[in-house]
Amino acid sequence: MKSLEELMAIKAKMQDKVAIRTGSNQTRIVVGMATCGIAAGARPVLNAFVEAVTDAGLTDSVSVTQTGCIGICQYEPVVEIYEEGKEKTTYVKMTAEKAKEIVEKHIKGGKVVTEYTIGATKV
Amino acid sequence: MDEFSLYVLDITMNSVRAGATEITITLREEGEWLYFSVSDNGCGMTEAQLAKLGNPFFTTRKTRNVGFGIPFLKMLAEMTGGEVTITSVHESVSEKHGTTTSAKFGRNHIDFIPLGDMPDTVKTLIHGSPDIDFTFTHQTERGTVELSTAALREILGEGISLAEPEILMWIEGNLREQYQSL
Repeated sequence: MKSLEELMAIKAKMQDKVAIRTGSNQTRIVVGMATCGIAAGARPVLNAFVEAVTDAGLTDSVSVTQTGCIGICQYEPVVEIYEEGKEKTTYVKMTAEKAKEIVEKHIKGGKVVTEYTIGATKV
Repeated sequence: MDEFSLYVLDITMNSVRAGATEITITLREEGEWLYFSVSDNGCGMTEAQLAKLGNPFFTTRKTRNVGFGIPFLKMLAEMTGGEVTITSVHESVSEKHGTTTSAKFGRNHIDFIPLGDMPDTVKTLIHGSPDIDFTFTHQTERGTVELSTAALREILGEGISLAEPEILMWIEGNLREQYQSL
């Protein structure tokens, strides 16, 4: 059972980590979670990003957050990636699989996956 | 939306966007009905806003001029012989402001949809708003699943966000185990 003891153990571990953590997140992955996003499948996309970033050990430098409707509902699920000193990247019609690929190639590898961006997509 | 837990996520997002600090989500299965309610202490709505709610061409957002959250919920409720009731007190009217959205669904009706992944919905809500006090209760005829983020925060103390991946994983796991043991 996911017991309270287990939660206490996580707490102890986190307290050490929080003490070491200094810099703020430099990269932000933002997932649109309004009705349009949710209906189009944003929930598994969001969770795939959280998992992939955690598995890659990047939680100190990359944050995954939610936002409302970005205004391009026909392209949902929409994900925006903000990196310091770079232009924003907008990925559209996202899936959990694409999310894993983007963490691998874009976040870890530094190369935008152009084929999934809004510029390369026709509705 | 093809699973009910996505409706729960979507409707609760309304409370988040209304600036609520406390949100209570309740599901209750009783006989042929599923009762669902989300209650918050957010900014509430004026009577004029409330009157327009079922209309998809009414929204307060500025990025687009349609809003489908409540119309979707209403459609599903009415298709299954149920209904949606919304009561709200706007912050300009009383200090005790907030909104309660209640709905009733015929859970055995052919047009009802699977409940879906409720732990995933709760986890997603906490990820998006780790500082909100969420109380989630799902009463079934075999037992109750419940989670209170205020209680978790008390155990974890200040300085640890509920949005930390390890904590979210614990929350999801805890809820899944509660559902399995029903």
